[in-house]
Amino acid sequence: MRKNPSDPAAPGPRRRRGERIRRIGLPYLLLLPALVLELLVHLVPMVIGIVMSFKELTQFYIRDWGTAPWSGFDNYKVSVDFDAPVGKALLHSFFVTVGFTLLSVGFCWLIGTVAAIYMQDTFRGRGFLRALFLIPYALPVYAAVITWVFMFQHDNGLVNHVLHDQLHLTDKPSFWLIGDNSFYALLIVSVWKGWPFAFLIVMAGLQNIPKELYEAASIDGAGRLQQIRRITLPSLRPVNQVLVLVLFLWTFNDFNTPYVLFGRSAPEAADLISVHIYQASFVTWNFGTGSAMSVLLLLFLLVVTGVYLVFTSRGRKTADV
Amino acid sequence: MRSIRAAAVGAVTMSLALAATACGGGSSTGGGSNDSPKTLTYWASNQGASIAIDKKVLQPELDKFKKQTGITVKLEVVPWSDLLNRILTATTSGQGPDVLNIGNTWSASLQATGAFLPWNAANFAKIGGKDRFVDSALGSTGAVGKDPAAVPLYSMAYALYYNKQIFADAGIAQPPATWAELVADGKKIEAKGKQVLGAEGANVSENIHHTFVFAKQHGADFFTADGKADFTNDGVVAAVKQYVDLMAKDKVIPVGNAEYAQNQSVSDFAKGKTAMLMWQSASANLKSQGMSDSAYGIAPIPVQSGTPGTGTQVNSMVAGINLAVFKNTDNLDGSTKFVKFMTSDAEQKILNTAYSSIPPVKAAQEDTAFNTPANSVLKNTLATSAAALPQVADESQFETAVGTAVKNLFADAAAGRAVTTASVKAELEKAQQQMPAK
Amino acid sequence: MSSPTSPMAPPRSFIWSRRIFLTLLTGFVLVPVYVMLSSSLKPLSDVTGKFRWLPSGLTIRPYIDIWSTVPLAKYFMNSLIVSVAATVCSVVIAVFAAYAVSRYEFRGKRVFTVTVLSTQMFPGILFLLPLFLLYVNIGNATGIALFGSRGGLILTYLTFSLPFSIWMLIGYFDSVPKDLDEAALVDGCGPLGALLRVVVPAAIPGIVAVAVYAFMTAWGEVLFASVMTNDSTRTLAVGLQGYSTLNDVYWNQIMAASLVVSVPVVAGFLLLQRYLVAGLTAGAVK
Repeated sequence: MRKNPSDPAAPGPRRRRGERIRRIGLPYLLLLPALVLELLVHLVPMVIGIVMSFKELTQFYIRDWGTAPWSGFDNYKVSVDFDAPVGKALLHSFFVTVGFTLLSVGFCWLIGTVAAIYMQDTFRGRGFLRALFLIPYALPVYAAVITWVFMFQHDNGLVNHVLHDQLHLTDKPSFWLIGDNSFYALLIVSVWKGWPFAFLIVMAGLQNIPKELYEAASIDGAGRLQQIRRITLPSLRPVNQVLVLVLFLWTFNDFNTPYVLFGRSAPEAADLISVHIYQASFVTWNFGTGSAMSVLLLLFLLVVTGVYLVFTSRGRKTADV
Repeated sequence: MRSIRAAAVGAVTMSLALAATACGGGSSTGGGSNDSPKTLTYWASNQGASIAIDKKVLQPELDKFKKQTGITVKLEVVPWSDLLNRILTATTSGQGPDVLNIGNTWSASLQATGAFLPWNAANFAKIGGKDRFVDSALGSTGAVGKDPAAVPLYSMAYALYYNKQIFADAGIAQPPATWAELVADGKKIEAKGKQVLGAEGANVSENIHHTFVFAKQHGADFFTADGKADFTNDGVVAAVKQYVDLMAKDKVIPVGNAEYAQNQSVSDFAKGKTAMLMWQSASANLKSQGMSDSAYGIAPIPVQSGTPGTGTQVNSMVAGINLAVFKNTDNLDGSTKFVKFMTSDAEQKILNTAYSSIPPVKAAQEDTAFNTPANSVLKNTLATSAAALPQVADESQFETAVGTAVKNLFADAAAGRAVTTASVKAELEKAQQQMPAK
Repeated sequence: MSSPTSPMAPPRSFIWSRRIFLTLLTGFVLVPVYVMLSSSLKPLSDVTGKFRWLPSGLTIRPYIDIWSTVPLAKYFMNSLIVSVAATVCSVVIAVFAAYAVSRYEFRGKRVFTVTVLSTQMFPGILFLLPLFLLYVNIGNATGIALFGSRGGLILTYLTFSLPFSIWMLIGYFDSVPKDLDEAALVDGCGPLGALLRVVVPAAIPGIVAVAVYAFMTAWGEVLFASVMTNDSTRTLAVGLQGYSTLNDVYWNQIMAASLVVSVPVVAGFLLLQRYLVAGLTAGAVK
């Protein structure tokens, strides 16, 4: 498509200007499809969502939301009035989500990275294990989470069968899907489903580490752990920077897992913010308040991401313009 | 950098303008027309054992309709998990079917959107008049004093399913007619090592359906006459406490049921683990789980004392499906004809038999097909002792808030924490504060 | 001194810790899969019963019934078409964008990368409604049906995976030495030639990882599919819920169907996974 610029027949100055435009224009041209699509599917709806957050968008107005009355900051006031039940519940849900997200991302990353490092060397059955580890990621969310619901059942579940009937670790069967334990149930399911992704990405990242580095290190007499600490982890840094951030954002916004696990009203201990907002908008048909909560969430995530990028980009030269 | 930003701002503004103008002039504000008289789109809810079965039931009827009127009906059976979201997006965008099924408890909420054709006297006249329908079913078609937003299509009611063998083993001759009897029978059943009563403690809707009936039996309502939430009055508190006490104090509902939300209580009953179950038309379900029709009996849901009736003797909600027409349909006449067809006596018999529900149409109800022992219990309940859930625009907020409160109380009971009048009131207070301010 | 892929013969303690860790992990992964498998082989009345490691009565009936209860084959094809198309488009677009960011200096680079990443922050539940409105209005204005069609779903899903794909690929491309494509440019390739002949082959592991991710994103999405599809375009992730109806929930069939539809996906990955390590063994990266 693109002709080789070193065409001797072209006149000097014109050719150079064409090349200049091409050189400057090319990156934009390459970015254009991505930019247009992101604008269409994410940014424009996001702006519409922000507009909605300033409206009183209840079932009385959704049919023609353009005519819904402006409510100024009312939706926001309701959301952040932490003395009133709505604000208090939102704040509670926010803290639960933050705690849950940190733990889940931590475990996903840890398990994924350890597994990827262990599976760096060839050994019998490695390819098979790699595919096997992808199963939780490949299974349809609905079925996978429902299976966990079965396993967590009080009377008939596998978890209580093992913990109580077989290992006698508890005095009586525990409840996992209601009450305080539901937090751990949610965490386990989330890690089970999430770690293969970290594994996949770290595994691909490991392939880019030149093996000469390891060879040099082993000549210097560095052991396995030292190699991992001195070579593997620093080399994975750019991959990890994105991986951890994206895991964080997804886990924070994950809707399917808690929704299938607990239905439309989650136990307080596991009341994640995405289901909370779903309740505030779709179930109670108040899209204005739901939007306002989402915008607050968006602001929070923007700040977290900004701070995170500033901290993790230190000493990293690339992509800094 | 600046240029990119400017471009982005420009693009966003443009698309927004596009969205806004299209919205304003879109079909969503249209009043209905007859632009395409030969076709209709119909969203059916999933009433049969599977979507495939629904299509098998409905398609021959739609073919009949085509033969009569020449109108082709495009059928889509929408799963319950998607139905409300699909309706909401259709309402918002104006891009939806012509005719659709809705859960009858949604009627008032959806009515408030103004998206549905109101069934005033003139429209009712086109389908044979309002008085063809059973009153209790009409009670669940929209807010009181407004033209109904939908027409009743299928009706259902709660009944008490009991395992005949367990009752015989425990020496119980009659199914319990009052709650005191049920608790007393529970002792005998427990002595035989069986669980007494199944419940879906973590299912928000089931919780609402039962506490609503208990509230009626305590002479209380969740809403004041002018539609304000009133969850903490003494009657409601006592009603919710009585329901939760079935687990907490009377121990007839096993603690494990506090987490049920996936119809596990039906499985338990089918397997003969529990002796009783309160459910709406469980027959088909029990059969598919291997329980034969002769193994269980069906009785009315208990009351506090006396026999089921109106007022404090109510023992079921009016459950069912309504048929609604989108106001902006481009085949208004065809839609009305279709509603007339679906609610005709002949179709009512066929459809309600197929779905083991009760026809909300009086003439169709007379048919012998609905005189089996099971159906006559449901029919009687509907006719004499069923009440419609509150027909207020905030119905779905109410379901979520109060249903969750009951779920939390069950969780407390299951964990062995005390359920007191104070703790019930506190949960309901929290629920009430989540309702939109009026 | 060392085998082609291992930096150095691993010590015995390392091998043992590896065995223990991988065994435990395999258990964690497989127990739910086993529960699914055994549930899928039970009659409906046994599924919710007391858990036993060895189920009593087995039946393959659910594996026969799944095809007639819902149009599983159709849903499967829809999912496959949508996921594959979204994956291909997403990877191609991401490769171009990542190449631009990795190899060129231009104004607005930082803004672009951060903006793209920020799209991951908005909770899906909230831009569902605006996006639906937008699609309907585009449909009304241009006649292009985006809602209810596979095209709209493909468009939506490819943008879901795009941000992360771009970010990951920037990292991979950065680690491919710039001398390589400069050499290619000197050899007479255009910038695109350098991208396709040098950079892409060297970054194959990353591209494969990103493709797997893009595929899975589209494959498993429920929320948007539930309102943007209809009878004929419904995808698997949503269609599976058809096994649970108002009164009946066919647990055994849900499990059976999930396993059946996951087999091709896992098999596909089994075939692809060797490309995940191709970068090193091909020796393209120095």
